[in-house]
Amino acid sequence: MTPQAYDLKWEKLLAMIRTSIGVAVTPLPSYPGELHLAIGRENIPQLAGKFVHAWSFELVQLLANDERVIDGDFKLYYTFAGKEDQLVIVQTSIAEDDLTFPSISASIPAADWYEREVRDLFGIEPVNHPSAERLAVHADWPEKVYAMRRDFNLDTVVPRLDQQFSFKQVKGEGVMEIPVGPIHAGIIEPGHFRFSAVGDKVINLEARLFYAHRGMEKLCEGKTPEQGLLVAERICGACSCAHSTAYCQAVEKISHTSLPPRAEFIRTIALELERLYNHVGDVGNICAGVGFAFGTMYGARLKENILRLNELVFGSRFLRGINIPGGVRRDIDAVNACRINEALEETAREFNEFTAILLSTESFLDRVKKTGILSKQIAADLHAVGPAARASGINRDSRRDHPYAAYRLVSFRVPVYKQGDVLDRVNLRIDESAESIGIIKQALRQLPAGELRTPLNDLAPFSYALGVTESPRGENVHFVMSGSDNTILRHMVRSASYCNWQVLPSTVPGNIVPDFPLINKSFELCYACLDR
Amino acid sequence: MLRILRKSLKTGIVTEAYPLDGNTPAPGFRGLPVWQRENCVKCGKCAAQCPTRAIVWSGRTDTWEIDSKSCIFCGYCEDVCAYQAFRQGSDYALAITNTQVNKIFGRSVNIRHLDAGSCNGCEWEMASLNGPVYDIQRLGFDFVASPRHADLLMVTGPVTRNLEIAVKKTYAATPAPKLVVAVGACACSGGICGRSYTSAGGVDNILPVDTFIPGCPPRPQALIAGLLQAVSRLQKPS
Repeated sequence: MTPQAYDLKWEKLLAMIRTSIGVAVTPLPSYPGELHLAIGRENIPQLAGKFVHAWSFELVQLLANDERVIDGDFKLYYTFAGKEDQLVIVQTSIAEDDLTFPSISASIPAADWYEREVRDLFGIEPVNHPSAERLAVHADWPEKVYAMRRDFNLDTVVPRLDQQFSFKQVKGEGVMEIPVGPIHAGIIEPGHFRFSAVGDKVINLEARLFYAHRGMEKLCEGKTPEQGLLVAERICGACSCAHSTAYCQAVEKISHTSLPPRAEFIRTIALELERLYNHVGDVGNICAGVGFAFGTMYGARLKENILRLNELVFGSRFLRGINIPGGVRRDIDAVNACRINEALEETAREFNEFTAILLSTESFLDRVKKTGILSKQIAADLHAVGPAARASGINRDSRRDHPYAAYRLVSFRVPVYKQGDVLDRVNLRIDESAESIGIIKQALRQLPAGELRTPLNDLAPFSYALGVTESPRGENVHFVMSGSDNTILRHMVRSASYCNWQVLPSTVPGNIVPDFPLINKSFELCYACLDR
Repeated sequence: MLRILRKSLKTGIVTEAYPLDGNTPAPGFRGLPVWQRENCVKCGKCAAQCPTRAIVWSGRTDTWEIDSKSCIFCGYCEDVCAYQAFRQGSDYALAITNTQVNKIFGRSVNIRHLDAGSCNGCEWEMASLNGPVYDIQRLGFDFVASPRHADLLMVTGPVTRNLEIAVKKTYAATPAPKLVVAVGACACSGGICGRSYTSAGGVDNILPVDTFIPGCPPRPQALIAGLLQAVSRLQKPS
């Protein structure tokens, strides 16, 4: 798409905004595909309503930033994503003497967690929010201490209150409460689940998360773009490359650095290898959820082969150390290109053989069919992403909708299923693995010669931009804002799991307790990605 | 059923014999950086660039000392040095043991994983120990579901504020004698998370740690070597 076409697209949208809400909006300096606007906070509900309900945009991110050092105010940034590769960031100011904003969660449920996070971490109150409960800080966190404000230092010692979470009580004869976690029985991450069940049947499920909150966003503040990358890379072990790519995209936009084509292709290859090892491993792990040991071991073996390939080609099993703002640090030579191709052939063959057995094993199918159904309505309302959304009939994939790296230059199919049960999520991963293999092969064939990285230009002071990638778990949105001295002022990570954790509790009631690990595995939610 | 059996037989044994056979990573693997005195001009750029301050000048020994517990293996020291005084080494089995043990644990050690706020990277590597390729049961180790059944806690993550209580309770629930193994840079030193309002900056600030297994994350072989070292059973491959 030419820059002119972009301009036209934005003109049309700006005109729509003006006529429909009747107030002036100020377009701010923007990037191709990303429009920045500013509007008064009282107009937010109306504008957000129009975006989501009338113009079929999606709310993909909402964050606060303490900009008192810049102009004395706090700011909120609402990001809406449109169907035609449009990202619109609407900024609004919140004065320090009136730290409130109108909540939009009642009409746009996807805003729920964001608004609560803004309240917990910044002390800005979403007025009329349906829930008063804490989300991002636990019950033992003191009142009126806000970790993401700029006058809160990273090394502050925060006292612990003697408070514990309360949970919804389901009353009635034979209702049992089952507490699980935060330390789980397997080799998995920490979170607390509270089931209310009658016999084996789950009536209600509540999840408490943010146990693994490591302050990653706060850590990024004041860092150089290169140092910030190391933090972004370590938000999650299994989507390292997707996170670091999204972060790099945002930084590269702010600094007006364009990437050498070879780097774009190498990123694409690494991203798809990441998807492939995750999907192959996840299909295996889902087998662990039903006690099908053959499948678990088979998946683990195939995944291990790809991890070894990663180490062989890129020096890191989890694809760390590839990205750098301005390009990549690792090349793929002819020998390694051959190795990748060979490994893909073998993976494809073995994986096909495995899935053929899996999908004809009645005892497996019996457990996964009609289990843990995610309804299309809930998926749409809460903006579910990735395989979870696509298995429920939502046709959404950032690689196609907001193309980045070399995804414009390769062809691939976005599989979509309708049932939204565990089986569909398995099938979807199987289909996507084949697509990933196809993408890597095309990218290797087309791999252009040239430089691996260009020096990063200086970051324009106080500029912000988005990086959007499709991680193995779905759409990943990074917001990065620069400070005055070529450092990062704010980095907000809206991972795929951030959205999908919100839909999980809806899929469990009506199922039996032993199906919960299976359902959970089929979403493959990452705790670290959410908790940050 | 027959297809499964046939496929399993056809696949054969995929388990590798580490540590008996040893395992050398391919060139390009990011192991512990190696300092080369002859190239160094002592400009200190490496130490300034190091995100976890793992590189420290020691006046006593007149060397740059690299703290493997803090290193996150990013390779920035190598990149920033104009004199090639650092190169990425291939060492990965870097476990450090504080305590000399321990006949008591013998040849059967039950492990409980304790996530203290990790990024999930160490978890995946630990999970692979249960898989067919590493199959840690062949060495007498087993992962168990409860701290009550465990001899050894493998702790990942820097110990976040929200997990500190759970970490202490899990430790208390583990019957003595017990060993604590800190896995990965975060658990060993705080790693990229450091010490902050939400991070204790390493497991040894909360629990007594017997063995540290550095890495970000440590490869499965590094975990195996570290576990064997923790129970004083590591014999270097010949």
